[in-house]
Amino acid sequence: MAEFSMGQALNRALRDALAADPSVVVYGEDVGPLGGVFRVTDGLTAEFGEDRVFDSPLAESGIVGTAVGMAMYGRRPVVEMQFDAFGYPAFEQVVSHVAKMRNRTRGRVGLPLVIRIPYGGGIGAVEHHGDSSEMYYAHTPGLHVVTPATPADAYSLLREAIEDPDPVVFLEPKRRYWTKAEVDLPVRTEPMDRAVVRRTGTDVTLIAYGPMVDTVLEAAEAAREEGCAAEVVDLRSLSPFDDQTVTASVRRTGRAVVVHEAATFGGYGAEVAARVTEQCFHYLEAPVLRVGGFDIPYPPPELEEYHLPSVDRILGAIDRLQWESEWTAESPAVPGRRSEVGV
Amino acid sequence: MRVLPRQLDQPLLRPAVEPGVGAHALASPEQQATAPAFSGSTGPEEADSYVERHTMADTAKPKGGGTTRSTGGRRRSRKDSPSNIADEQPKVLLEYYRQMLLIRRFEERTGQAYTQARIGGYCHLNLGEEATIVGLMTALQERDYLFTNYRDHGYAIGKGMSPRSVMAELYGRSTGAAKGWGGSMHMYDTETRMLGGYGIVGGQLPLATGAALAISYRGGDEVVMCQMGDGTTNIGAWHESLNIASLWNLPVIFVVINNYTGMGTPVEASSAEPELYKRGSAFRIEGVRVDGRDVLAVRDAAANLVERARSEQRPFLLEATSYRMKGHSVVDPAKYRTKEQVEEARSNDPITAFEATLEKAGILTEEAKQEIADSVREEVADAAEFAENSPHPEVSTLFDYTYATPVANESRRMPADPVFAE
Ligand SMILES: Cc1ncc(C[n+]2csc(CCOP(=O)(O)OP(=O)(O)O)c2C)c(N)n1
Ligand SMILES: [Mg+2]
Repeated sequence: MAEFSMGQALNRALRDALAADPSVVVYGEDVGPLGGVFRVTDGLTAEFGEDRVFDSPLAESGIVGTAVGMAMYGRRPVVEMQFDAFGYPAFEQVVSHVAKMRNRTRGRVGLPLVIRIPYGGGIGAVEHHGDSSEMYYAHTPGLHVVTPATPADAYSLLREAIEDPDPVVFLEPKRRYWTKAEVDLPVRTEPMDRAVVRRTGTDVTLIAYGPMVDTVLEAAEAAREEGCAAEVVDLRSLSPFDDQTVTASVRRTGRAVVVHEAATFGGYGAEVAARVTEQCFHYLEAPVLRVGGFDIPYPPPELEEYHLPSVDRILGAIDRLQWESEWTAESPAVPGRRSEVGV
Repeated sequence: MRVLPRQLDQPLLRPAVEPGVGAHALASPEQQATAPAFSGSTGPEEADSYVERHTMADTAKPKGGGTTRSTGGRRRSRKDSPSNIADEQPKVLLEYYRQMLLIRRFEERTGQAYTQARIGGYCHLNLGEEATIVGLMTALQERDYLFTNYRDHGYAIGKGMSPRSVMAELYGRSTGAAKGWGGSMHMYDTETRMLGGYGIVGGQLPLATGAALAISYRGGDEVVMCQMGDGTTNIGAWHESLNIASLWNLPVIFVVINNYTGMGTPVEASSAEPELYKRGSAFRIEGVRVDGRDVLAVRDAAANLVERARSEQRPFLLEATSYRMKGHSVVDPAKYRTKEQVEEARSNDPITAFEATLEKAGILTEEAKQEIADSVREEVADAAEFAENSPHPEVSTLFDYTYATPVANESRRMPADPVFAE
């Protein structure tokens, strides 16, 4: 066992994938000699040469588009978008080509490619550098969307993403790049499309992914001190969604809160809430609540902490689930009365 | 194969300059009134500018090897400076010097404050770009518009924004140009027509083109200047914007600051045509390259193009070569640069060079130098103090300005977060 940060685990996954499969190539802006702005590709050009790991021009659409072409001709490209918002110039390639090729060619052409994107806030960055763009991708059929929360998962999920016959949007929670854990690398954790229970509990299921898993675990610990046993589910894969694991948990606890950094409106939590409601309706003691970022453009560093879900806000949501007596027509938490609150 | 650096063995080309087009936006009104019509000293014999309109550029690629930039013959040394100092008003020259020094000291202070965590986000400095900025901003009239990339502090000041509002914005304070919401990369000021720094590479290009379209629509006589870096010429927005600008005859000057690097990637490894001023030819846009270390050369080249864009109603491309004195942003140690490159940048400091020229010409006396240094130091200190003592934006500002009118489902009104209930 040794200690690895998530960034180091990702670096190791790329290294092992490059060594294991000669068709793997890694490219993007400054991923070569510079090693990427988060050092995830550090040392790879030196080890594997410029043919396997190289810099591209500043051209995201070109990067993803050429990866499609490469994948059509037997390569396994792993390309990087430097930050969440820098992936938008490539969006057309992602939704129009990456996601659709297998379907369009009736299965004859698959695209075994990975688009790595550091995403999310929490590092005092600013607009363009703190976006949670997962829903744009998760909403697009044809893409796998995966996001690790631990160094072990970072390694395992990236290896699996590269080996997958379909395109994977691999979202790296940038605020967790430096989070360390004892891991035995190489490691293979649960399969890519499975959610995992990170902490067991009987009173409420807290559902999170990527950057919010650690925050939610912290909240669960704090809730325990208040007498609430929270179960924590780490989704890992946003698309496909692991209904089984989530449903089983919520049926046990009868309550659920979904937590993510992205704007709450039309966010991933909305999908989770809908599915949980559909499949657990008769087990639910309270509506599924969401704790997310506000419906605003990403705020400046100074205000970031208010925008991002915090332990306090998660505890606040748990509070509003705990006591059935509170769920009355007067409660501001009752849907339908929201326009009267605080206007 | 991918990273195939080509060595450019031609010397930098110099712009053809037409006389009488200097507009001194940075000088005081009296200075403007008395400023002599500038007579470009770049005679036809030296003016090997690229003016190949309507024909394709010679696409033959320079041969050579090596992974780093060479110094041999690629850049002009200072003694080749095209400007004839004797033809200039000393007062005006000193004002350029002061502006350059102001940007230098401002950026040094910014770097310091960032290192001390007084400034958040990402922060890109204009160190080494001072002559280019002052030259460019001098060429603009007050009514002209400016769009830049994220490396925008010096431009903001050069366009007329107060160092206070720029520094306060860097500090993220509510007295800043964007009330603390824009930060380093998003300076903005309607009054001085600084229409923004932009953090997305290439993001400013279509916008600037659109502003020029608006001008053209109402028959205005303003010009738009759109600044960017060398790496930016490879993103789709570049091609789309230049095409539209040329097709629709829009008064916009695309200015490429070629510091030979996009983050850590050399221009030769990112542009198939690394002589960037030639890249307008695909759109029949005339391109000019100028030595960005030379404030007068930049001013003259830019003023010429600005006035031509104004009168001829068409776009131009200006490439200003420049050295990035430090890393890409304050946090970048720039380890990818060789010792020689660092030394090369240092020895090409535009300010020391201009200082020496002015001293030699007897324009910058020891006394004046001290006086300017003092006044600049004071101005920067004042800006920093102002920023330091300004309030942070209120938490309630989180919910301002997402829309012009209140929306029914605004987060503050949602039950999920009573913390923010009004
Ligand atoms: C669309 C997009 N991709 C990537 C980035 C990250 N990035 C910021 S600056 C930069 C390099 C730009 O180089 P250049 O245009 O030469 O400007 P310079 O920084 O040298 O002034 C990169 C890759 C970005 N901001 N936007
Ligand atoms: Mg550059």
